[in-house]
Amino acid sequence: MEEKIKLNPDSFQPLPKEEELDNEKIAAPSLTFTQDAWRRLKKNKGAVISLFIILIMVVIAFGSTPFIDKSTLVKSAPQYANLPARIPGLDFINGLNGKLKVGGQWVDQYAQNGASGKYFYLGTDYLGRSLAQRIVYGTKISLIVALVATFFDLTIGVTYGIVSGWKGGRVDNVMQRIIEIISSVPNLVIVVLMLLVMKPGMTSIIAAIAISSWTTMARMIRAETLQLKTQEYVLAARTLGESPIKIAWKHLVPNLSSIIIIQTMYTIPTAIFFEAFLSFIGIGISAPETSLGVLLNDGQKNFQFLPYQMWYPAIVLCVLMISFNLLGDGLRDAFDPKTRK
Amino acid sequence: MRKYLLKRVFYMLLTLFLVATITFFLMKLMPGTPYSNQEKMTAAQIQIMNEQYGLDKPVWQQYLIYIADMLHGNLGTSFQYSNQPVTYLISSRIGPSAQLGLQAMIFGLFFGIIIGSIAAINHNTWVDTTATIVSIIGKSVPNFVLAVLLQYYVALKLGWFPIADWGGFSYTILPMIALGVGPLAETARFIRTGMVDVLNSDYIELARAKGLSKFGIVFHHALRNSLIPLVTLIGPYTVALMTGSMVIENIFSIPGIGEQFVKSILTNDYPTIMGVTMLYSVGLVIIILITDIVYGIIDPRIRLTGNGD
Amino acid sequence: MGERILDVKNLEIDFHTYAGEVKAIRNVSFHLDKGETLAIVGESGSGKSVTTKSLMGLLANNARVKGGEILFHGKDLLKNTEKEMQSVRGKDIAMIFQDPMTSLDPTMRIGMQIAEPLIKHKHVEKKKALAQALEILKLVGIKDAEKRINDYPHQFSGGQRQRIVIAIALVCYPEILIADEPTTALDVTIQAQILDLMKELQTKIETSIIFITHDLGVVAGMADRVAVMYAGQIVEYGTVDEIFYNPQHPYTWGLLNSMPTLESTKLEAIPGTPPDLLDPPKGDAFAARNPYAMKIDAEKQPPFFKVSDTHYAATWLLHPDAPKITPPAEIIRRRKIFAEMEAKKVD
Repeated sequence: MEEKIKLNPDSFQPLPKEEELDNEKIAAPSLTFTQDAWRRLKKNKGAVISLFIILIMVVIAFGSTPFIDKSTLVKSAPQYANLPARIPGLDFINGLNGKLKVGGQWVDQYAQNGASGKYFYLGTDYLGRSLAQRIVYGTKISLIVALVATFFDLTIGVTYGIVSGWKGGRVDNVMQRIIEIISSVPNLVIVVLMLLVMKPGMTSIIAAIAISSWTTMARMIRAETLQLKTQEYVLAARTLGESPIKIAWKHLVPNLSSIIIIQTMYTIPTAIFFEAFLSFIGIGISAPETSLGVLLNDGQKNFQFLPYQMWYPAIVLCVLMISFNLLGDGLRDAFDPKTRK
Repeated sequence: MRKYLLKRVFYMLLTLFLVATITFFLMKLMPGTPYSNQEKMTAAQIQIMNEQYGLDKPVWQQYLIYIADMLHGNLGTSFQYSNQPVTYLISSRIGPSAQLGLQAMIFGLFFGIIIGSIAAINHNTWVDTTATIVSIIGKSVPNFVLAVLLQYYVALKLGWFPIADWGGFSYTILPMIALGVGPLAETARFIRTGMVDVLNSDYIELARAKGLSKFGIVFHHALRNSLIPLVTLIGPYTVALMTGSMVIENIFSIPGIGEQFVKSILTNDYPTIMGVTMLYSVGLVIIILITDIVYGIIDPRIRLTGNGD
Repeated sequence: MGERILDVKNLEIDFHTYAGEVKAIRNVSFHLDKGETLAIVGESGSGKSVTTKSLMGLLANNARVKGGEILFHGKDLLKNTEKEMQSVRGKDIAMIFQDPMTSLDPTMRIGMQIAEPLIKHKHVEKKKALAQALEILKLVGIKDAEKRINDYPHQFSGGQRQRIVIAIALVCYPEILIADEPTTALDVTIQAQILDLMKELQTKIETSIIFITHDLGVVAGMADRVAVMYAGQIVEYGTVDEIFYNPQHPYTWGLLNSMPTLESTKLEAIPGTPPDLLDPPKGDAFAARNPYAMKIDAEKQPPFFKVSDTHYAATWLLHPDAPKITPPAEIIRRRKIFAEMEAKKVD
C-alpha cells in the first residue's frame, strides 16, 4: 500500500473553503403535495389515457345535448329497422359498410331496405332509430345518474364518516351499528326495494343508488378521521378554539381529499354498473328514456342475429368502466406516499 | 372470546329484526295491489281476498302477525303463485343458487390467488402487467355482459357447454365463470398488492438470509401472510354474488333464488320479496359473522394475547 | 487470531437508478480472520450495509457488481449461482438485522422459524430440528423455552425477539455472523444484554463476527478490529486500540470527537453531509467537510498509508511531505493514552 508518491509542495496548501455548508439543505426541489401527485400520475400512461378517454366521452355525451334530445330518440322509422353500421369511407370493412352476414353471406342491408343514400354510423335498432344517437344519449343518462348519485353518496358518506369519527364514543358506536345494519342487506336489494316504493324514473334511481352505497365511503372516512383526530395540528386547532365544523373544513377535508378522490373514482363505475344492471333487468330506466343498460337489454334480445346491437353499447360501457378503474388505480398510486421513489 | 361471540350474535339478531321491520313497512308503502285482476273483482271479492291474506287488519297488527309468523318459519304465501308458501318457493330454489354461489366463490378465490401470487412474485415484469390488465378487464366488464357473450360464443357457437338450464356439472361452468370473474379480478389485485408488500418486508429478507429457496419463502411465509387479510373480502364477495345471481340466473335460465327475486319484483309479489330479502340478509349476516370469527382464529396476533417479557 | 476466512478485494458496486448510476461501493477491501470481530463504522449512506449484503448475495435488483472479489475460503462468492448462494446463506454466513420487531414472520411459531435453516441445510427432520431449536433457544437466554417455543413473535418483547433472531442465525453454527446494527432499535439496557450474549455465543459457537454500527461505544466493547467507511470507501482500519487511541484520518477524528466521554466538555458535530454518489468527487470524498483539507485532497484520492502492520489510513496528511497539523484536543488526549499503552507493551 505504501507508495513513494512525489507531490508538488503546493499540493499541501490548505484547501480554500467554500461558503458555509448548509447542513440542512435538501437537494431535491420542493413540491406541494398536489404537484407531486400530479407529476406521478402523469408518469402512469394508463391513467393518463383513461383520463383523456373519460374527458372525451363526457364532452361528447354532454355536448350532444343541443343536438339529441328525447324527441329525436322517440321518432321511430320502421323502414330503417335493424340496419348494421355504415361509416362513409370504410366501405371495405365488412360490418361497417352496411353489410350484414345473412346465411353465411354478406348482404347489403341498406340496399335491401331501399336506404342506399343513408348512413347510420352505428346502425339502427329494432325501431329504426339511430344507434349512434341512442348510445351517445344513453351514455349521457348513465353518466348523469352515476355522477349525481356519486355526488350524493360522497356528501352523505363523508359527512357521516367525519361526524362518526370526530365524535367518537357512543355516538360513533351507534352510527357504526346503523352502518352495519344497512350493510347487512345486499345494496342491490336496498335499491330494488326503494325503487319499488318510489316512482320509477331517473330521480328515484339516483336516490336509490346514493342511499345504498354511501356506507363504504363513510367507513373509510371514519377510519381516517379517527387517525387524523390524533394528529397534533388538530389538537393545536382545538386549543385555539376553532369550532369543530371549521376544523373539519380547514384541516380534515383537505387531508381526506386524496382518499375521497380515489374512492370517488371507484364509486362512479359501481354506480354506472348498478344503473346498467337495473335497467338490464327491467326495473331501472325505462322508455322513452334510454341508458346504457336499456340499450344492453334491447341489444340482448337480438343478439343471435344482430350482435352489433349489443356489442356497441357494451364496448362503450366497458371502456367507461375500465377507464375509471385505471384512473382510480393511477390516482391511488400517485397519492400513496409509500410508493414514493 | 365467548363474550365477543354473544355480543355479535345479539347484534346480528337485532339487525335482522330491524331489517324485517323496515322491509315490512316498505312493502306497505308500495303502490299497486297484489291482485292481478283487481279491476275485474267486485268489492266483496276484494274484501274476501283481503281477509284471507289478513290485509284488512290495522297495519300494526299485520306487523305483529308478520313477525310472529316469521319466527315460526312462516313467511307467508306468495301472491304470484297462490297457495305456495314463500318458504317452499325459497327452499325449492335455494339449491342451485347456493351451489352456483359457492362454486363461483371458490373459482374466483382459487384462481385469483394463483394469478395474484404469480403477478407479485414477478413484480414489474410483463407477467405482472398482463395479470394486471386481465384483472382490470375482469373487474370492469359487467358480469351480465360477460354472461351473454359466454352464452353466445362458447355455448351456442362453439357448443362446449349447454346454453341454459340446470342439470349436471357442465351446466354450472359458464354461469360460474360469469359470476366468478369479478371476485377473481378483485382477489388477484388484492393478493398482488398484499404479497408485494409482504415480499418487501423485513421478515422475508431474513428468510432469504436463512438460505431458503424462492419457492420455500413464498409457500411457507409469503402466502400465509397474504391470505389472512383475504378473509375480510368474503363478506363483500357474498354481496356481489347475491347481486350477480339475479341477472346471471336470468340469462342462463337457472331455477334459483335470484331469478325468483327478479320475477317477484316484476309481479309485485310482496311476501316473496320480503322473504327473499330476509333470506339474503340472514345469509349475509351469518357469513360475515363466520368470516370475522375465522379471521380471529387464523391470525395468531388476534388469537393469542401477548405474554410480555 | 486464526486463519483468514474472508478476503474482500477491490469491491465495486453501482446502483442503477432513474437518476443515473450511484457508485455506492468504490474499491473496498478488507479481510476477516477466524474468531475475530470486525466492526464496520460509518454514517448512514456510507455503504456499510451494502457491503455486507453483497457478502450474502442479498443485494437489490438494481445493484450491479462492477468489480472485485469476495473470497470465502478462497472461493469467489460473486461467481456463485443463486442456488449456490442459498446453501451459503444461513449455513456458512448468517445475518441478523436491525429491527427485531419486523424481522420475524408474525404467522409462524418461533420454534419453526429457528428450525427452518436446520431442516434446509442440515437435512434434519422436523422433530429433531425442533429439539435442536429448543436447545439454542435456551442458549440465547429465553426463559421457559419449552413452553415459549410454540409461541408467536408478537408474544415476545423486542429484546427477546432479537435473541430469537440471533438463535436463527447461529443454529447452523455459521463461520461468519454479520450483525447489521443489531442493537440500534433496542433500549440501552437491553443493548448491553444482547451484546454480552453475542460475545458469549461467539466463543461457544466459534464464529467470526462482522459488526456494523454507527455507534462507537458499541464498537469499543465488541470489536477486535475496526474499519471506518465513508462515501463508499474504507478510509481507515486498524485494531480497536489503534483506531480509538491513535486515529489518523480526519473523518475518524470527527467521529471520535462527536462521541461523548466522561472527559468531554463540548460535543462537536461534523458539519455538512456526505457527497452525492451519483457523481462522486474525484479527490478525497471527505475533503468538503474536512477542516484540514489540502489542495491535493481535491485532486487525487489518497492511497492507504501504513501506520503499523495492522493500521492503515487513506489520508494525504500521512504523506511524508505533508505539513504537521494539530489535531483536535480530544484526539491529542487520546494519543497521549495510546503512547502510554505502547510504552507499557514494551516493558
